Order: sequence, then structure tokens, then C-alpha cells
Amino acid sequence: MARITLEGLAHSYLPAPRGPEDFALKQLDHVWEDGGAYALLGPSGCGKTTLLNIISGLIRPTRGEIRFDGQDVTDLPPEQRNIAQVFQFPVIYDTMTVYENLAFPLCNRRMAPRAVDARVREIAEMLDLGSELRRKARNLTADAKQKISLGRGLVRADVAAILFDEPLTVIDPHLKWLLRSQLKHLHRRFDFTMIYVTHDQTEALTFADKVVVMYEGEVVQVGTPDELFERPAHTFVGYFIGSPGMNILPAEISGDRARIEGHELPLGAAYGRLPAGARVEIGIRPEFLSLARAGEAAGAAVPATIRAVEDVGRYRIARTRIGEHEVAVVAPEDGEIPSDGACVVFDPQRINVYADGHRVQEGG
Amino acid sequence: MDKTWNNKGWFFVLPVLALVLFSAAIPLMTVVNYSVQDTFGNNVFFWAGSEWFEELLHSQRFHDALWRQFLFSAIILAIEVPLGIGVALAMPRKGWGVPVCLVTMALPLLIPWNVVGTIWQIFGRVDIGLLGHTLFGLGLDYNYVRDPLDAWITIIVMDVWHWTSLVVLLCYAGLVSIPEAYYQAARIDGASRWAVFRYIQLPKMHRVLLIAILLRFMDSFMIYTEPFVVTGGGPGNSTTFLSIDLVKMAIGQFDLGKAAAMSLVYFLIILLLSWIFYTVMTNAGAERGRATGGEGGR
Repeated sequence: MARITLEGLAHSYLPAPRGPEDFALKQLDHVWEDGGAYALLGPSGCGKTTLLNIISGLIRPTRGEIRFDGQDVTDLPPEQRNIAQVFQFPVIYDTMTVYENLAFPLCNRRMAPRAVDARVREIAEMLDLGSELRRKARNLTADAKQKISLGRGLVRADVAAILFDEPLTVIDPHLKWLLRSQLKHLHRRFDFTMIYVTHDQTEALTFADKVVVMYEGEVVQVGTPDELFERPAHTFVGYFIGSPGMNILPAEISGDRARIEGHELPLGAAYGRLPAGARVEIGIRPEFLSLARAGEAAGAAVPATIRAVEDVGRYRIARTRIGEHEVAVVAPEDGEIPSDGACVVFDPQRINVYADGHRVQEGG
Repeated sequence: MDKTWNNKGWFFVLPVLALVLFSAAIPLMTVVNYSVQDTFGNNVFFWAGSEWFEELLHSQRFHDALWRQFLFSAIILAIEVPLGIGVALAMPRKGWGVPVCLVTMALPLLIPWNVVGTIWQIFGRVDIGLLGHTLFGLGLDYNYVRDPLDAWITIIVMDVWHWTSLVVLLCYAGLVSIPEAYYQAARIDGASRWAVFRYIQLPKMHRVLLIAILLRFMDSFMIYTEPFVVTGGGPGNSTTFLSIDLVKMAIGQFDLGKAAAMSLVYFLIILLLSWIFYTVMTNAGAERGRATGGEGGR
């Protein structure tokens, strides 16, 4: 296990990158703590896989350096980095048995057969593959194959980190859950550093202690699932996490007051001067909004028209419109939804303020 | 059991039946017919029974041709398959080199057999051929018209030039279908270049290789045009392969009965060998697949 430090990392697939738009991965500094379970979350093409391949050594970054426990490994090839990587599609050696598959990385490193045997059996036990050791790997199911590719990484003693690149893509839905909880269990028991790439927020939020959200080659926020939900550092995070995503409304801010569409709202805190010329918005989760009849509403209410109501089971989502902006509101299953003359009630404590997409600190 | 029987479907099969009858069954039976009879012309036939077959199977000439044929096919496979795999491995996977290589590789396959023969016949000539004259100029005693070994070398090099591309193209198709993740996983596992070939590339090429070997075996076993054009079966009988011998016997000597018997034996040998090849190679694959049985096998 190791603490992985990325410093000034950037990568471009072009031989001579010029502007920032040439970079698949923009300037990045980050520390993956030893034993942490991280999810790398972002839409397709945001640079997640590039970052993962840089850590495993399949790609050499254009700039910056990577350190495992302080040792610079930027120039080391993947086989010298003690990294396990599980790919989107199960990679197994077709002609070999499960046992031979697991032993392969050790045999390549010329380990003594007796030691190989002990290690393979230990790992097979850990992954519940013990009874399958003699079988040909290609006859197994997709989830067992993914476990083999994971096992090939784990079998090497002292794995620095395990990297997962959307490993559940080809797994049946009911097995996904099973495999994911098995991964979590492994993490708790053995304290592996795990980095899990996915574009599925449920997968990321249930798997990880810390979620790293990427957007257009940049890390926009690193935080616990709670932090991502309550204090999204970037409007993209607010929009990408949660279902439906955060409501974003253009606003003018002065002190602890916000003006949207001619209505004044109180804020949970006072804000200082915002950068001149910046695009100022407020963001609030649909969960922290409620509906009320005009006139009956107390506090921060703004009149709105209700366009549609979707019933999603335990609650309903009201699609409303304030001025020309769409606003989603989560309403309880049994609550009354006023048909006209409705207002949307804001919870001032839950409003976040954004300038040019980035969250503004209170007071400052 | 109130299953309705409707035999109208057979009606639609009739044209195919007729076609197969005239294109395959009747000609084949004619050959069988010739093989058990003897004639002195005038369309008068005498029953000969298995006489032609016995004579053929005991004839030194047939044994020699058959032996040459086996040797030729064995050499061809031993050269073209490894060479084809090697060239396919060396070909680029992306960039402008791909179309260039593919077109270059396909070119020999597009040239008609007798043109290939003519090209090499002239190419190898000591008086005017580029190859022959150059070798002669270098002081080598090369002459495919006089020396049996030179004739063999010429024909084998010609066949390798003509047909290795087929193996290359098939193997290349197998190679490019391997996802990049396999190579990445192999790097992380610390696999050597040889291990990558042995455990990733070769298993993935297994199927196309089977087809390549079968095709190359059958074609080389039936080779006729090119050696006929280059050496005409000589010097002496040193490059007289089965098909050349057969034509000599059937059209040259007009020995119809014996030639018919030979065609049948020739045909059965190819059929038998192809079947053996196929069974052995698919079994080798199935054994890997079967193991303890189960789902997900391809």
C-alpha cells in the first residue's frame, strides 16, 4: 500500500500541445491517501481513464510527476509500479486455467513455485475463487472473470493501489451490487488503496469514502458524498450529482440578499464583493425546496408556475418555472401540490452562491 | 400427432438438385465409370474392376509424385505459416502504414496463376531473367531448367511470394481484433514479448490460423499451373506433382482408366487430410474450451 502523490500533472495526446484546450488532463495536484477508497467520477471523455492510465504507468504524463510514498515513479513502466488494474472488459488469458491466470504475474517475475502456489491459493480464497482454480478461465461468467483480473493484480505482494476502470460495465445488474459490496468488504478487510473510475454516481457514492469529480480534464471537487451533495464546489458537480440535479438560477448578490427574477431572497450568510463581471448564480438542491400556495408561504418564497409533476415512487418531482428558468422541486408523496398561484419556498441555509461556475465562500 | 405434411418445399429444391447433379454428381460418376473400365477407342468399353486402382497403388511413378506432393505441401506450410504470422505481427496497427501494407500484401493474390508462373519463369532465366542472371553473375551455378534442387527452390520461393500474403492478411485480421486492454494488462502483469504472443496473440489467432492452414494445405496439394508454366514438371520428373502427373496421364497419354482411378485417389487423399487437419485443430481448440464445461465459452 502506498500514498500516491500527483504533482503538477498534465497530459496531452498531442505531441506539441499549445493552449489548455489541447490537454486531455489539465493541471492537477492531488494526494491519494494510503488505504483510501476513491471514486473518480465524471462524464465520458472527461479524462478519468487518462488519469488512471497515468497512475498505472500505461501513459507517461506530458508534465508533472507521480510519487508512490515519496518515491518518484513517473518514468517507471507499469510492471515495476506494483499497481493492479481492472479494465472495463474482463481481461483473462483464454488458454489458461484460473490458477495459471492468477500465477501468471508471479511466474513472469520468476518467483519460486512454492511461494507462487501459496500466494495464488490465498488470493483465490480471498476472492471466493477457491473452488474454480482448476477450471479454464474462459468458461467462467463475466463477474468471475473480473474477479480473476482483480486477483492477478492482488496476487503480487505489496500492491500500491488497485485501479478500476468502470469494472462493472459488462456485469449483470443483480451481480453488480454483489460484486461492489465484495469490493467494499475487501477494502475494509485489507485496507487497499482503491481508485474506482465510473460515470455512474450511484456506483461512486456507494463505493467511495471520497469522490473525485472530474469535468473537461479538470478535478472540480474532491469530497465525501455528503459534501458533494450539500456544498458542490462547481455548478457541474451540483448538476451531475443528484437526481434531479441542482437548480441553478442567475442572481444578483448583495450582502446576505439575493435577487432572482425581481424577487428578493435571504441567504444563509453574507457574501463580500463578488468578482466584477463574473457570471453570478445561486444553486439549490430540489430536496431543499418546497411548494406552497401564494400568500400562505412563509419566508423566502418566489412565485412559480408548475409545468408537470412526476411520481418517482417515494416522492414526487414538480417541474416548475420561475421566470424563464426551470426549477425542479422534490415534493412529498402525500403533500398537496397547488395547481395555480404556487410559490417555491427556498431554505436560505442551503443556498450556494457561484461565480463563473465556482462556489463562493461565505463572508469572503 | 396431427402434424401437417407439406412436401411442396421439395419442389423449390429441385433446381439446386439439378445444378449439383450436372456440375458435380454426373462428372464425378463419369470419372468413377472410367476408373473401372478399359477402352481401345470407338467407345467400346470393357469391365476392368479394381485393376486400375491396383496398378496405380503399386506404381512407382504414382508413389514418387505423391511423395513429392507431400514434401512440397509440408515445406510450403512450414515456411508460409510462421512467416505469415511474423509479417502480420510486424505490420503497423494504425497510421498511414496500414493501407500501404494491406494493399502491398494483397497485390500478389490478385495476379492470375499462370501470370505468376510466367513472371517467375522469366525472372529466373539465366540468359535474360533478372534473378537468374544476377545469380549467375555472382558466380552461383543456378539453373532451374537443369538442376532439380534449383527448380524446387524456384517453385517454393514463387509459392511463398504468391501465397504468404493470404496467411498474413488472415492473421492480421485476427490480431487487430484484440482489444488494447489485453496488452495493457499484460504490461502490468510483467509479461515478456514472447508471453504476450503465446498467451494473448496466438490464442486469439487460433481460428483464422485454422482457416489459413487448411486453405494453404489444400491449394498447395492441388498446385498445377505455376510449376507447369515454370518447369513443366522437370527437369526429368523432379517437379512433377500429382496434378501435373494426372494431366500428363489423362491428356498426354490418354490413359483414361488409370487417370480416372488416380483422380479418385487424389480426391480422397485431399478429403481425408483436410478432415484430419480440421478435426485435430478444432479438437485442440475445443479441449481448451471444454475443460469442465460451462457457460460463456465461445
